[in-house]
Amino acid sequence: MLPEIGQFLMVMGFCLAVVQSTLPLVGAQRGQLSWMRMAPNLAWAQFFVLAVAYGLLTYAFISHDFSVAYAASNSSVNLPIEYRISAVWGGHEGSLLLWILILAGWGVAVASFSNNLPIAMSSRVLAVMGMVSVGFIGFMVFTSNPFDRLMMVPVDGNDLNPMLQDPGMIFHPPLLYMGYVGFAVAFAFAMAALIGGRLDASWARWSRPWTTIAWVFLTLGIALGSWWAYAELGWGGWWFWDPVENASFMPWLLATALIHSLAVTEKRGAFRSWTVMLAILTFALTIVGAFLVRSGVITSVHAFATDPTRGVYILVFLAVVIGFSLILYAWRAPKVGMGGGFTTWSRESVLLANNVLLVVACAAVFIGTMYPLIIDALGMGKMSVGPPYFNAVFVPLMIPLLIMMIIGPLVGWKNATFKASMVRLYPVIAVGLLAAIVWPLAMGEWGIIVAIIVFVATGIVGTFVVDVIPRIKAPTLTGKLARIKNLNISWLGMHVAHMGMAITIIGMAMATGYQDEKDVRLAPGEVVEMAGYSFTFEGVKSVRGANYASQYGTVHISENGKLLTTLNPEKRTYDKHMGMPMTQASIDRSLFRDVYISLGDPVGTTGAWIVRVYYKPYMTWLWTGVIIMAVGGFLAVSDRRYRMKIKRRLTGRRDENQVVVD
Amino acid sequence: MKPRNKKLALLGAVVVAFGVAVVLVLNAFQENLVFFHTPTEVKERAVPFDRTIRIGGLVEKGTFKREGESTTVTFNVTDGEASILVSYTGILPDLFREGQGIVAEGKLLTDGQFIASHVFAKHDETYMPPEAAEALMRAEAKAKAALEAAEVAPVVESTGKGD
Repeated sequence: MLPEIGQFLMVMGFCLAVVQSTLPLVGAQRGQLSWMRMAPNLAWAQFFVLAVAYGLLTYAFISHDFSVAYAASNSSVNLPIEYRISAVWGGHEGSLLLWILILAGWGVAVASFSNNLPIAMSSRVLAVMGMVSVGFIGFMVFTSNPFDRLMMVPVDGNDLNPMLQDPGMIFHPPLLYMGYVGFAVAFAFAMAALIGGRLDASWARWSRPWTTIAWVFLTLGIALGSWWAYAELGWGGWWFWDPVENASFMPWLLATALIHSLAVTEKRGAFRSWTVMLAILTFALTIVGAFLVRSGVITSVHAFATDPTRGVYILVFLAVVIGFSLILYAWRAPKVGMGGGFTTWSRESVLLANNVLLVVACAAVFIGTMYPLIIDALGMGKMSVGPPYFNAVFVPLMIPLLIMMIIGPLVGWKNATFKASMVRLYPVIAVGLLAAIVWPLAMGEWGIIVAIIVFVATGIVGTFVVDVIPRIKAPTLTGKLARIKNLNISWLGMHVAHMGMAITIIGMAMATGYQDEKDVRLAPGEVVEMAGYSFTFEGVKSVRGANYASQYGTVHISENGKLLTTLNPEKRTYDKHMGMPMTQASIDRSLFRDVYISLGDPVGTTGAWIVRVYYKPYMTWLWTGVIIMAVGGFLAVSDRRYRMKIKRRLTGRRDENQVVVD
Repeated sequence: MKPRNKKLALLGAVVVAFGVAVVLVLNAFQENLVFFHTPTEVKERAVPFDRTIRIGGLVEKGTFKREGESTTVTFNVTDGEASILVSYTGILPDLFREGQGIVAEGKLLTDGQFIASHVFAKHDETYMPPEAAEALMRAEAKAKAALEAAEVAPVVESTGKGD
């Protein structure tokens, strides 16, 4: 009975979304206040029914209701409770329900925090979000019902794919979806502004925090996926340029361009049409991502079972979204004007370069990802585009972008003088060059790519120092503290995010440039040396887990004869997936290096195994930098100016670029 | 510079940057396309020796050998028609097994041996790497065509005799 209620609630959510996408919009066009006022209530109602539906599906998993086909194929009696809850998003149908629930959640958030927006604007935003909901809920209702019943109820389910039985499964998909879906908000704001014919600084200010928060979630989601692959796959890699990774990375690149372009639009009123275009394209790429993962065109751990109707549905949805938004854009955008002018040497120019580079990088990733799929679809043969392509294109494009991160914050808006900026840049360049010489040498070997990365990374930190010193200068300590307290929080957020990026790229460059890797055959008691550490293999024994049997290895790691730590790489065989052993790497992390061990295969009869040993310097920096980037994003949105609009409107003061609101 | 010239210079810089990027992309693209070939294709016609390719098919039963107790293994990859000797040094994927579909990426030596730098197996028990499936399908289609040709051939022969 309960699953049928869930299905009914989904249909109800669909109907509510249809109403949400029409009434408030018509109300906004005709100035009917009562119709517009329905928008927030509809958003809440939609969220409520979907949340209950989601709860019912989760209950089917927790209570082992294998009459629900989706639960039967993704859960089992022995699956631990935390994985039973996360198994709800372990397959296509349930993850789509989570996607829709999160979309409705963003709708509720917009409804709650939009009291200070003109009601016509917030109604249009919620109406566009309703349309997006219609598209996705329709996808689920018409092609992928998670509540489908089985005629023959099995005694036990098929269990969750062993690869997904990992703590990463609990956090990676929800965070990633928060990011993906969040760009629907940026899209809705852009569409609402186009419909209302008012693309101005205030639109950019409303849209900016939403875009930044979505970006933070997407950043964390991607990084967590990468962290998971690193720990789980046993290959020691953290990025594979796999089509599904690219599917999340392409919107990230455009979203990064978007948050910078929005900054120009908010501060200077420039780039308006371009910003709207980026918002449209970012959202379109999230749908492309959904297509790649859910249509079955690619096979990977992320790809769900093939069903051609699903792919067709998403393609049609994508065509409708792009078609309508571009028509609206062509019709409305030419009227919005160009905004303030600027000279060659200005913050605007640097951000323009940032945008060009990010868009080109995104296009390059897009070509590499889509070309083999298109060739295959046309029946012209099978091929793949390997990581060397992406590295060869991506790295040269990123280096000028990173250099912009050094220059940008030190160049004034509108009309800066080259000389004045250079005076501030000289010490930054000097420190960067020094670091670029010393740091790689300290790692043992100087290399040009590592040196360049070290230069830009230290330069980015140096830029912060040069930028912050005059802002906190005061004769007394209390004066200094007062000035630190009064620092512009979103300015600080930018610098923190940039420095997070600097730390991440140091991690990437060091881990790539100075890693050491060995595949060796080790009999119990044998020792292998790497990077100053001795690894003593103590053999493998059989151990029993909740729903799996494990070959449990023990390796002692010592430095200069002193025992440092003991690692336990495993090879697990899950009861329900006997033919699918899983490698569990074991990692000892510290600030300056990771030591990483995974088990290969047993050889001979002496208990010897092939063991893979990695030494990876600075991996912790890679992950830490991402967290700092996210903190920077949160700082940026916590700026008071995003919450002070009502006051400003009431007192009648307006920014120079703000066009009349209401 | 006058503002107008400055704008032109900026525009020029953007165009140049874009051009460089395009050249970079196309160049890297040309060099890094990895084409897929079936064992039959490798056996039959010239497959380039100097560039990385992918081959796919089933690991032929009874051909998997480990060189002593080293990390180097050899095995045959077959599509049912032809089989190729593959040599690989390193740790094999978890789902590598005789009789299973795999894809190997690497280079072909002139003696017909394939030196793999990567071996990919399927991600779970339920499906095969698409390339491996394709190789089997192509070989099957070929076998079927050959069978049909064989059936047609006697007829042609007899009509030939009739003349």
